[in-house]
Amino acid sequence: MGSRASTLLREEEIEEIKKETGFSHSQITRLYSRFTSLDKGENGTLSREDFQRIPELAINPLGDRIINAFFPDGEDQVNFRGFMRTLAHFRPVEDNEKNKNLSNTEPLNSRTNKLHFAFQLYDLDRDDKISRDELLQVLRMMVGVNISDEQLGSIADRTIQEADTNGDGCISFTEFIKVLEKVDVEQKMSIRFLH
Amino acid sequence: MLPLGLALLLLTAAAAADPRGTAAPAALARLAAEDPAGGAAHEERGGEHHHGGGYRVVQWEWSYVQTPYIIAVWLLLASAAKILFHFSQRFTTVVPESCMLILLGLVLGGVVLIASKKQLYQLEPALFFLFLLPTIVGDAGYFMPARLFFDNLGAILMYAVVGTLWNAFCTGFCLYAAKLLGVIDGRVQADLMDFLLFGALISAVDPVAVLAVFEEVHINEMLFIIVFGESLLNDAVTVVLYKVYISFVEVGPENVQTADYFKGVASFLIVSIGGTLVGLVFAVLLGFITRFTKKVRIIEPLFVFLLVYLAYLTAELFSLSAILSMTFCGIGANKYVEANISQKSRTTVKYTMKTLASIAETIIFIFLGISAVDKSKWAWDTGLVSCTLVFIFVFRAVGVVGQTWVLNRFRLVPLEKIDQVVMSYGGLRGAVAFALVVLLDAEKVKAKDYFVATTIVVVFFTVMFQGLTIKPLVKWLKVPRSTNRKPTINEEIHERAFDHILTAVEDIAGLQGYHHWRDKWEQFDKNYLSKLLLRKSVYRKSELWEAYQKINIRDAISVIDQGGNVLTSARLSLPSMASRASFPEVTNVTNYLRENGSGVCLDLQVIDNVPGAKVEEDTETHHVLAGNLYKPRRRYQSHYSRHFMPLGEQERQDREVFQRNMRRRMETFKSTRYKRHKKERSLKKRRGSDVKEEGGDKPRRNVSWQDKDPVVVPVEPEVDKAEHSDPEKEEDVGITFVARKAETPKQRPKSVPAALEVCPSPPAEPGPPPGGDNHLPWKGSVGSPPPCVSLEATKIIPVDLQQAWNQSISSLESVSSPPAPPEAVHPRVSALFRLGGPRPASYTPPGSVAGSTTSIAAQVLQSSFCFPEKKKKTNLEEDDEEEEMGGGASQEMRPLMSPSKIPGALPPPPPPPPPGSGRRRNPCVYLRSLVAAPPPGSTEPPSRGPTQL
Repeated sequence: MGSRASTLLREEEIEEIKKETGFSHSQITRLYSRFTSLDKGENGTLSREDFQRIPELAINPLGDRIINAFFPDGEDQVNFRGFMRTLAHFRPVEDNEKNKNLSNTEPLNSRTNKLHFAFQLYDLDRDDKISRDELLQVLRMMVGVNISDEQLGSIADRTIQEADTNGDGCISFTEFIKVLEKVDVEQKMSIRFLH
Repeated sequence: MLPLGLALLLLTAAAAADPRGTAAPAALARLAAEDPAGGAAHEERGGEHHHGGGYRVVQWEWSYVQTPYIIAVWLLLASAAKILFHFSQRFTTVVPESCMLILLGLVLGGVVLIASKKQLYQLEPALFFLFLLPTIVGDAGYFMPARLFFDNLGAILMYAVVGTLWNAFCTGFCLYAAKLLGVIDGRVQADLMDFLLFGALISAVDPVAVLAVFEEVHINEMLFIIVFGESLLNDAVTVVLYKVYISFVEVGPENVQTADYFKGVASFLIVSIGGTLVGLVFAVLLGFITRFTKKVRIIEPLFVFLLVYLAYLTAELFSLSAILSMTFCGIGANKYVEANISQKSRTTVKYTMKTLASIAETIIFIFLGISAVDKSKWAWDTGLVSCTLVFIFVFRAVGVVGQTWVLNRFRLVPLEKIDQVVMSYGGLRGAVAFALVVLLDAEKVKAKDYFVATTIVVVFFTVMFQGLTIKPLVKWLKVPRSTNRKPTINEEIHERAFDHILTAVEDIAGLQGYHHWRDKWEQFDKNYLSKLLLRKSVYRKSELWEAYQKINIRDAISVIDQGGNVLTSARLSLPSMASRASFPEVTNVTNYLRENGSGVCLDLQVIDNVPGAKVEEDTETHHVLAGNLYKPRRRYQSHYSRHFMPLGEQERQDREVFQRNMRRRMETFKSTRYKRHKKERSLKKRRGSDVKEEGGDKPRRNVSWQDKDPVVVPVEPEVDKAEHSDPEKEEDVGITFVARKAETPKQRPKSVPAALEVCPSPPAEPGPPPGGDNHLPWKGSVGSPPPCVSLEATKIIPVDLQQAWNQSISSLESVSSPPAPPEAVHPRVSALFRLGGPRPASYTPPGSVAGSTTSIAAQVLQSSFCFPEKKKKTNLEEDDEEEEMGGGASQEMRPLMSPSKIPGALPPPPPPPPPGSGRRRNPCVYLRSLVAAPPPGSTEPPSRGPTQL
């Protein structure tokens, strides 16, 4: 399967993806075979349904949010480029990249981009703010029924209060970065993609 | 230090002066050997008594108490020494404690040597291996941060096995080469096997030394866990190498056959795997036993100590790796034990383990120092010593670099050069090596004395010189330090989200390799182990709630302790908010927190190191979260999930999430793509997941605690009564929701003005704090009533009632907005009456009810507006008072509307009693009393009474 997949992927395309995402050639072909195996419609794009067919995602509390993150606004199909672009957020930051890319545009797997990916999962209405409401929704998704709404509300309040520096009752992206500044995001939002 | 020396001198003198020939005080571990002598002395003395004839009023019973006495004095000395060291904060930050202890040991050893002409004390291997080491390893294993440990297990194993082997062989062979080259003096009668043996025992990084030095350096966790984990796990290698070589030496190298080498390899597998298995078996046993200790809480800690210790002894019994056994017993059992035993037991376990480990460590270092002062042991050979020092250092460095190079190809987080330097430099040798070398048989190993001397030098050099310099080195290299701070709530939540995200992305990308086994393990754990080892925590929810309440208690206490009417300040900042401002730490709060601290920490000293009130409180919230947040599959293992794993948690979670996701998908499917988000949200709302209908949009940041809690309480009494038929059901979320919502707005108006206006309206201002605090859930935590009831209560209220309540509230809002105190009160009451809201009656006209009478009246009255069913609930363990009310109450609902009722339970709605003057100074006392008083119902009347008066 892997070989078939790689043949379907044109070299120049791989090069472009490589440039854009930083994935290695073998990683790209490997992921492409994954992509095609997900693509039940065999039309070169993935739909939400394709994602939803992944059994593990159905039991992932944030599964649907994450699926949504693969789809830029207003689209319901994602091609391989987009697929890779999203996955690239989770590429570990490598040493040589840290220095090399300072001058260029920010790589997809930069700290800020990783955080932004997470931030978007909360920020449903895309107003660059996590409102109490949005936070509560995510919290509710992540906790079991054992925790009461009061508790959850308190936790949400506390969370917002902790992060909210300008007093608007929401967590802006800046505040989000700030509150997580001590976290090793580079590590905690990275996956080892096989070579 | 002088007094210590004097004390010891006295002791020694006393022993020496003992006329009956108890030669000298026995060293701790020499007890057995000296027993006969002691016994003889005793007899002798008995005889003497008879000679003296008659009865002596005062007797000198030294020989009788000798052994325990000496042990106790030693412990006292060691502990007192610690006090001395920590007198000067600046001093201890520069010089590690272990160095000071060794120096002290040297001094004491000198004193003893001068006093009795020969060294009476030394670190006995038996004492060390049977008592001192297990306490330290037990502590380390039990409090090992499991997630960190297993995340780095690959690296740890690599360094522990390959690294130790490498060190041992290289050191051994090179020493032998040095001997052949004549660098090492000919007096050192050793051949290849002897040097290999020596290399084996000197090459192992020592857990005690590593702990002692690294914990003061506060290096980042990953580095620490790698070095420390290595020092623990290399035990198996050391043990096997040591034994194999000993047998080789005994047999004679020429008689060693090829098969023996394979036996050695097999032995390694058996020792390491066997040790691990023994540990795991005991871990399972321990978990299983603590499942049933509910009735005998008091001995819970004992089980932990005993079984962990037994794991060690059992492994020793079968000559397996005892350290491995104990470590894995601790790691394995921790999760289940912590979930099973009570909070107090947890604290006890933690304290006791830390105490024992700390004292054991102290003794080890002191005795290391003392042991060094022993003429009989010293057989110095400069060549051997210097070669050994150079070799172990060089090979350690080379080994680390080489292995790291290999490891980094597989690690997500590569180990940097700086890390490698620290790891090389942190290869400390310690008491294990010393004890092993002392154990050597001088008959078989001719060069034993040289080896002992060399080992002492190596240990001293690594512990003292490297220990002393590693801190500056770390600083100089700018190695990332551990932050020594608990994650904030934001971090907790978001990191959990990260984990979910990563898991999902892995699934999408089709990567399964890395977390696959872990996932399998988690499934197994959830499906079988947890079922077997975890108590069926029936009261899971209530316990959770309690944990949460603790936060509130602490908030309240510390708020008060700060002398603050913090609630009145415009920007409410509870200490638990982990605000950037540092609050002065108040002693009693601190103590309270200490009692309850239950973090994972390897640092022996750290028990004292309470970072601050807020952090601790956050931790509690985290526990609530940790217990309830869905766990991404890869994280099931985390040491955090110690709270209440219900049966089939895994399946339950999966099912829940699955259903939820499916429902959402259905919704999405139906709706147009465009509206997707909206739909989702509205769906959520309906389900009651958000508290927001009205509240969400308003700025509520400062008010959150206050407005919420009061709401909960009022409902409580009725709920119990109405409800106990289905106590634990949580199905009807929707209702819950409404109730809360309705009440929330009402409360807010009250507290907001209070918070914003600093003082103008006295009554209004004091009001909110008491009102809010009264109902804070935590009030219940102190007392008997399980808090969970309040939750249910909320849910049980009929919707129509809630609506009525709602209306009354809104009317109230309009009326009470003006700050004028008396008005606010009365209008509210009247409004309530008018509307016929369920609880209107609650308000007592100012002055009408006084102090003690209030409570009684309240009880009586309250009964009237309880729901009809309340009677049944008498047996609920809730507040007794409320039950009483319930029992006596008439059964109709109508009474609710009647103005005459003055239920004590209604506290929230009724605005604080008018007289502001009395209130003002009260909050502290008030809150305290609340905290102390158990049931909500009972609490309020009394506490309020005084205030009103």
